[in-house]
Parts: sequence; structure tokens; C-alpha cells
Amino acid sequence: MDRTEVDTTIRTLLEPFNKKGVAISDGTSFTDDLEFDSLTVMDFVAAIEDEFDIIISMNQQAEIENYGQLVDAVVKLRG
Amino acid sequence: MTDLFSKFDDIIEMRRALLATGVEDPFNLVMERVLSPTVAVCNGRETILLGTYNYMGMTFDPDVIDAGKEALDLFGSGTTGSRVLNGTYIGHREVEDALKEFYAMEHAMVFSTGYQANLGIISTIAGKGDYIVLDIDSHASIWDGCKMGDAEVVPFRHNDMEAMEKRLKRIPEGAGKLVILEGVYSMLGDIAPLKEMIGIAKAHGAMVLVDEAHSMGFIGPNGRGVAEDQGVLDQVDFVIGTFSKSVGTVGGFCVSNHPKFEVMRLVCRPYVFTASLPPSVVATAATSIRKLMHAGNKRAHLWENSRTLHAGVKALGFTLGTDEPQSAIISVIMPDLERGAAMWEALLHEGLYVNLARPPATPANMTLLRCSLCAEHTEEQVERIIGMFERAGKAAGII
Repeated sequence: MDRTEVDTTIRTLLEPFNKKGVAISDGTSFTDDLEFDSLTVMDFVAAIEDEFDIIISMNQQAEIENYGQLVDAVVKLRG
Repeated sequence: MTDLFSKFDDIIEMRRALLATGVEDPFNLVMERVLSPTVAVCNGRETILLGTYNYMGMTFDPDVIDAGKEALDLFGSGTTGSRVLNGTYIGHREVEDALKEFYAMEHAMVFSTGYQANLGIISTIAGKGDYIVLDIDSHASIWDGCKMGDAEVVPFRHNDMEAMEKRLKRIPEGAGKLVILEGVYSMLGDIAPLKEMIGIAKAHGAMVLVDEAHSMGFIGPNGRGVAEDQGVLDQVDFVIGTFSKSVGTVGGFCVSNHPKFEVMRLVCRPYVFTASLPPSVVATAATSIRKLMHAGNKRAHLWENSRTLHAGVKALGFTLGTDEPQSAIISVIMPDLERGAAMWEALLHEGLYVNLARPPATPANMTLLRCSLCAEHTEEQVERIIGMFERAGKAAGII
């Protein structure tokens, strides 16, 4: 799966959590733009983890601030 | 200059807005006198205490008080030193012996607070390259223990066995795994399905730590907690507990059968780099723990109280944290912080103290009135409490 495919899949997974319909770009911030609280983060991360069969630990999550970084992290974790 | 305090502006504003409504400050209550485990004087008013963790009412037990006074006379007011230097007195050994007997376990290690017990054990045993898998509703001391250590931290949805198992399966081969659970989750007063969850954890080769702070003394045939009650205590590698709830003083501990457990005394920084508990505290704790081994009647009464209050408040039309009483905590869910604070104040004016719990301490941003019962609450007090809930609930427009 290349970056574009990962991006497409994550975009679909993000939809139910994007309550305000914020336009998503690589620079979209999860806290500032999407206003995710800790429970939303947990559910969203769980959805991604289940889809790609990976673990994104909280330590790794701390390094991920925006959408682009998330896609990159998932690509990397998929190996 | 950037004001380092500007990050707290939201909290300052939230508090200001709440107090501007004229409500009494829920987080600044002073007890002027404490008359018993269940009654204190607050703002000159005699108040029933329904928001302490004094589950077994040991704080005024005459034997416990005598033990504390004697230790003050014999050993002085404090140790002024670390457990590993000059801070281990005979009383510290005695309270650890009492814990070993209480839990029928090989090792017991006493910390200065329950917070430090979680902080110390978790941050020390789970290191770089290890994985901690834990419930998202874990207590702050567990989260802080995770943050202080170097392990990878992987949370799962509250009490969700399937989510826990999925995460355990994905952990790389050969990595150390620690699963952290609680017996009773203190915000809603619900218990964990430990039997199933510990079974899954063990099947995936994880070590298991269970925090039994809110169950000691009254859950399980010997009061050892939820793991004992569900018949899986022998599969728990580390039990974390506290003296500040059923035991009735302050301090924390870890009990374990791990053959190498004693090394913790040398490598666990929150154990080493702090002063040990005062002699009077360990003496009261040891006496209380030994009495809790034989407290069957008190335990039974505490459960009666929990069932009566749960049924009574539910019948009034309040929404509760659990469908059935699962512990000594009955959590009443408020529609929002403002009405929760109004209800809290109305109860205080009725002469009842409960805990107002608000985000971020609460799950799903709920505002809760947390009621914790005591084995020393009389039947009559519990009936009065239900009456107070009825009047205050109507006054605050919640029922």
C-alpha cells in the first residue's frame, strides 16, 4: 500500500470523526482544527489500528500533530 | 515575557464563571471538626459525609487510634528519611507483614502514598521497548507512572476485552508486556471483568498489575479485592493498594509473589527518594489491616448501605453510573457542570457532603456527584440521605 492508498483509507476513517466537516490537508491539526478530545483520539486511533493492524502507541501519537504526519506514521508502521 | 501561567487561563475562567453564579466553591470545602467517620462540621453545619473513601470507617477505631498514639510516644513524629536509609522502623516491617498476611502473598512494599506506589512500580518495571496496555479510564497515578517510564503506552476502551486483546496481539514478538487494570473504577463505581481480562492477558504472555484501591477490605471473601472475588488473584503479578481508603490513614503499597520482587526497594525511585511514612501512620495502618481481616459484619453492612442508597436514589429518577451497585461508590450523573454544582450546593445546605467530579477527571466529560458509602453509616443516615437527594434534586431542577 503506497502513501496515496493509505491517505485515501485514513480519509474515509476520519469522516465520522470530522463532525464539522473541516477540509482535510496534510497540515490539518487534530487538536486545533479538528478539536479532537482525548476520547475521540482514542476511538480514531483504534479505527486506524484495526484497519492497518498496527499499534500507534501514545508515545508515537505525541509526535503526530497533523494529518500529514499521521499518514506518514502509518506508512512507516506498515513497513 | 511569556507568562507560564497563561496555559491555565481556560481553567481559571471556568472556575470564575462557576463561582460567579453564586454557588459555594465545591473544591474548597473545609471541615472544621470531624465528629466520626460519617459526620463532620463544615461551615458551622453538621454534615453527613458521603464523599470520603473511609469505606470501613476505621479512622476512629479505638484500637487504631491507640496504636497511633503509642507509636508517637515511642518512635516520635517522623522518620526524616528514606526507607532505604534511616527510614525503616520496626513499624514499617510490621505493616508490610500485615499486608503479606492480608493478601497471603510473599512480598509487600510500602510507599508513602498510593499515588507513589503506582508511579514507582509502573515506571520501574516497564522500561524502554516494553509495552503497557491499559484501560483508558485508569487513575491519574497510573497514567503518570506510564509517563514517567520509557515503555510504549497503548490504551484501550474502558473494560473492552476485545480491544485489549487486539492490542496485545499486535505487540512485537519478544517485547515485555504489562497489562494494567483496576478492580473498581472510582468515577462510576463499576468493576472490571478481571477474570476474563486477566485470562486474555496471560494467554498473550503479559504480566498483570491490578489497582485494588477501591475494593480492599470489602470486596472478595477476604476483602482482598475484585480479583479475589472473581477467583483470579493468583494470576495477578502485582496488586497496588492504598492505606488512604478502607485502611483509614495514608500510604500506598504493592504486594506480589514475584521471586525477584525485593529488588524494587533498590531500583524504584519514588520509593527510594522520599521520606518514609511516620511511625504513627504505619502503626495505625498495621492495626487497621489486621482488623480488616475479621470485619465480616461491617462488610455486610457496607453492602446493605450501598444497595439501599442505589435503589433509593434510582427510584427518585436520577441517572446512576451503574445499573446495579457494584462497589461502595454510587455515582449520580448530572446533566452539566452548572446544575451539578447547584445540586452539590443544595445537598451541602441539606447537610450532606458528596464529591463533585468534573472533567478531566471523569470519563466522557461527565459531571458526577460521587457518593461513597461507609460501613459506619447507619440505616437511618442512609434513609435521611435519600430524603436529602429528593429535596436537593427538586430544588436544582434535576428530578
